[in-house]
Amino acid sequence: MKIKRSAGEHIFEVFNIVFMALIILVMTYPLLYTIFASMSDANRLIAHNGLLIKPLGFSLEAYKMMSKNSNIINGYMNTLFIVTAGTAVNIFLTSLGAYFMSTDGLMFKKPINIMIIVTMYFSGGIIPMYFNVISLGLENSLWAMIFPTAINTFNLIVMSSAFRSIPVSIKESAYLDGAGEMCMLFKMILPLSKATIAVMILYYGVDHWNEWFNAALFLNDRRLYPLQLILREILIQNDTSAMSQGVMMEDQFAISETIKYAVTVAATLPILCVYPFLQKYFEKGVMIGAVKG
Amino acid sequence: MKKDNAAISKASFRSRAKKDIRAHRTIYIMVIPVILFYVLFCYKPMYGLLMAFQNYSPSEGISGSEWVGMTHFIDFVKSSDFPRLIRNTLAVSICSLVFGFPAPIIFALLLNEVRQTKYKRVIMSFSYLPHFISLVVICGMIKTFVSRTGVITVVLSGLFGIPQEDLLSNPGFYLPIYTLSSIWQGMGWDAIIYIAALSGVDAALYEAATIDGAKKFQQMLHVTIPAILPTIIIMLILKIGQLLNVGYEKTLLLYNPVIYNRADIISTYVYRMAFEGQQWSYTTAIGLFNAVINFMLVVFANKISGALTETSLW
Repeated sequence: MKIKRSAGEHIFEVFNIVFMALIILVMTYPLLYTIFASMSDANRLIAHNGLLIKPLGFSLEAYKMMSKNSNIINGYMNTLFIVTAGTAVNIFLTSLGAYFMSTDGLMFKKPINIMIIVTMYFSGGIIPMYFNVISLGLENSLWAMIFPTAINTFNLIVMSSAFRSIPVSIKESAYLDGAGEMCMLFKMILPLSKATIAVMILYYGVDHWNEWFNAALFLNDRRLYPLQLILREILIQNDTSAMSQGVMMEDQFAISETIKYAVTVAATLPILCVYPFLQKYFEKGVMIGAVKG
Repeated sequence: MKKDNAAISKASFRSRAKKDIRAHRTIYIMVIPVILFYVLFCYKPMYGLLMAFQNYSPSEGISGSEWVGMTHFIDFVKSSDFPRLIRNTLAVSICSLVFGFPAPIIFALLLNEVRQTKYKRVIMSFSYLPHFISLVVICGMIKTFVSRTGVITVVLSGLFGIPQEDLLSNPGFYLPIYTLSSIWQGMGWDAIIYIAALSGVDAALYEAATIDGAKKFQQMLHVTIPAILPTIIIMLILKIGQLLNVGYEKTLLLYNPVIYNRADIISTYVYRMAFEGQQWSYTTAIGLFNAVINFMLVVFANKISGALTETSLW
């Protein structure tokens, strides 16, 4: 049965499609503008007023300046370390905890579960956390970016519910074949929960990539700064002096503008590149959390 | 007699525990690092909250510092900064609640009306793109765009004739900038959960409504919205629980001394007083005060919603 739609509904539909196109534009234009601006000729960009629909002229000067800058490269390296080591620790500890939470028939499961859940509602807050990390001797160490955030309780619960959805018969047959608990977790459960693990890697990884606040609290040594802290200096505290050295004074203001855009692009590009491939997992992760959380 | 029973159950508890641990030794060993994490990084800081009731000195530690009871809490409530901080914090969070909360719902409802499946997917993918851009980069972009020569400032002054200045140094613009950029950041991502709820609505309900002569808008009002109401309420309770937890990271990145009067919120004040003023105990007390109010808000919101709609968190 086909039901005729009224003229009003047609108008709504057209309006809706146009409105949605507008939303796409609003969501992407700031990034497009940044990309265009980063490739523009610095002096023309300064003189220009208003929106950009393509780069003004074409110059990769800003990117060249940026790639000569050791802070950025160093920051990239530190971030890379934090993301890989941090995510590995995250996944290891979270899967250990999730395996425990998803195993039945343990006498101490309930008290340990309660101990874990309570931390979702109560925390010490920022200053006790700060002193705690200092007292553990993690100050000025990249591990301060890794250990205090080693387990995200919400992720832990999502993972344990994924483990729980694996049929018991599979576990039983593995036990019969003589599998120990470690073997069970790493050879059976984890390979069977690939989709969930992928989501967890993405969640944790993106968190580490974007982290700046803990870094600002715990790191004094500039050589340890992750990319986001370097970015903060350039974008928020407006300090491009380290990068525009060797440029004539009158050009410095202009080039420092394009450097800002170039740095933004460089810091966002890795995520934008993997984004199309990973986004179906992201959605899936939210769904798991929505159903179980 | 009773005593004997107690003794037996105690002994049997111990022997049962021993047996349980022996039988599941590996799995208990495996969970030790997890417990260690929670003790070291969650429970130890909770113990550290005691310093809110002390004059804490880092060299003395909690055991050696002088106890002062509720002094810091009273000082904070009486301080001249208190009204300003509460006002700013509430202003930001109520703005996010009033404008930021409905945005993803409306977006999800409109997206639900798009018939072309491919187009729908494309819209979704683009809509939550900003969620993955780092906060530092987003705030950097905002700062650049609303600076004196930034693209937003230039366009706005062209359209509405506002003075061409750094918009973030004008206290009046802070709240709109903060709220709008938060909607931009979160709308698509927050909508996913509603979109998921919408996809679960039984198509037969729509058919029935159409046969009964319900127009599009009536269907939305009487079929779609009731179907996703539980999700909306849960999200609302969670949001209300965060009422005093305005994103301090974003505020720290965006504000500047010129607009402290409008932009400074409880958590950024804590940050400055602690890490720039070394007032450890005072700021811990403020943090605790904040957390307690938040917790009461969740419980309160949960109660109300449980009474009104039978949807609640616990």
